[in-house]
Amino acid sequence: MNAPFFKFGAFGDETALVVAFVIGIAFGWFLERAGFGSAKKLVSQFYLDDLAVFKVMFTAIVTAMLGTFYLGWLGVLDLSLVYLTPTNLWPQIAGGLVLGFGFVIGGYCPGTSMVGAATGRIDAMVYVLGVAAGTFVVGEAFPLIKPFYESGFLGRLTLPEVLHLPYGVVVLLVVLMAIGGFVGAEWLEKRAGSGAGSGAASGAAKEASR
Amino acid sequence: MSTVLDPAASASGRAHGSAHDSAHDAAHARAAEPYMNPYVAGVGLGLVLLAAYVIMGRGLGASGAIGSFVSWLTGEIAPAHAEGNEFFRGYLEEGAGHPLKAWLVFEVLGVLVGGFLSGLLAGRVRATVEKGPRATVNARLAWAFTGGALMGVGAKLARGCTSGQALSGGAMLNAGSWAFMMMVFAGAYALAAAMRRQWR
Repeated sequence: MNAPFFKFGAFGDETALVVAFVIGIAFGWFLERAGFGSAKKLVSQFYLDDLAVFKVMFTAIVTAMLGTFYLGWLGVLDLSLVYLTPTNLWPQIAGGLVLGFGFVIGGYCPGTSMVGAATGRIDAMVYVLGVAAGTFVVGEAFPLIKPFYESGFLGRLTLPEVLHLPYGVVVLLVVLMAIGGFVGAEWLEKRAGSGAGSGAASGAAKEASR
Repeated sequence: MSTVLDPAASASGRAHGSAHDSAHDAAHARAAEPYMNPYVAGVGLGLVLLAAYVIMGRGLGASGAIGSFVSWLTGEIAPAHAEGNEFFRGYLEEGAGHPLKAWLVFEVLGVLVGGFLSGLLAGRVRATVEKGPRATVNARLAWAFTGGALMGVGAKLARGCTSGQALSGGAMLNAGSWAFMMMVFAGAYALAAAMRRQWR
């Protein structure tokens, strides 16, 4: 059994769209279950009283990272066939910063705004329109920004290559960093008066106390 | 509005019109269930991402679907203009025969369905505007559009958003994704104090 299945010709483009839809359903399901259809829940991350965004995101990163690493090690998954977005350092740094601004201003990121919109959040629907408008502006301005867009090109680059460390060592470092982060996150939530894990309660409790 | 997503309300029981319910809550058929434990949800999300890598050889995404949609719409309204623009043309040539037959478009359609089903089963689907107790609805919607527009610009510059870069690239130890992710948190924390009035 060779993975990625699609890259080994297990099915064609049309079937891939069905796979996309099914994977999307599961993706949307877990985002909503985590509470990420709610802007208030999401931005709590930035007011340090509910760090569910960090916890969910890093648990997901660690889970998928360990899965791909071990499947690669076992020879089941050919990691070189997995698509990685090439690194363009400067636009990615600038884009990340602008996206971070947009996150705390708008209350969502593109994926979570879809879940918010699907569960009736009118602000999420307006937010999606905003994303479309921003995308259109980038498209129209593309000839102007193209030199910056293509700057800092480093190609397909991974952290193990940057740090000159074996892949498994970086995996271990990320796991340790995540665990440290989780301990810190729990401590911050306790300090914010959240109590037993369920983060959103902290925000509500804080509001009630005001 | 502040009680809409309050798990404490559901902990007090689903009984409609119980003594705990504010007038606002009483308007709803039932209280929302509490959210899933974040670590459990994270493992679930991680397994979905792993499945995408194993089955497709690619990660998850979201902003790319909006790129496809915007490019398709531009092409419908002004075909020559869209074809003459490198950015829009890239999306128009991407789909399997049609710009909207793109992988991320179908994935995002799934996200809408999955998010709706999860919300429906947990009693969390309702027409509302999420905002802080001091924010007005109009201000919140204006900020939502502004934030979305910034997100649209940022995601295009960065070649992906929190889904495609931070989550998907993060798990594959993609160097650019990690640089991006650090900057997302830096940007959001930098403006958190300035936006406090809208949220707290």
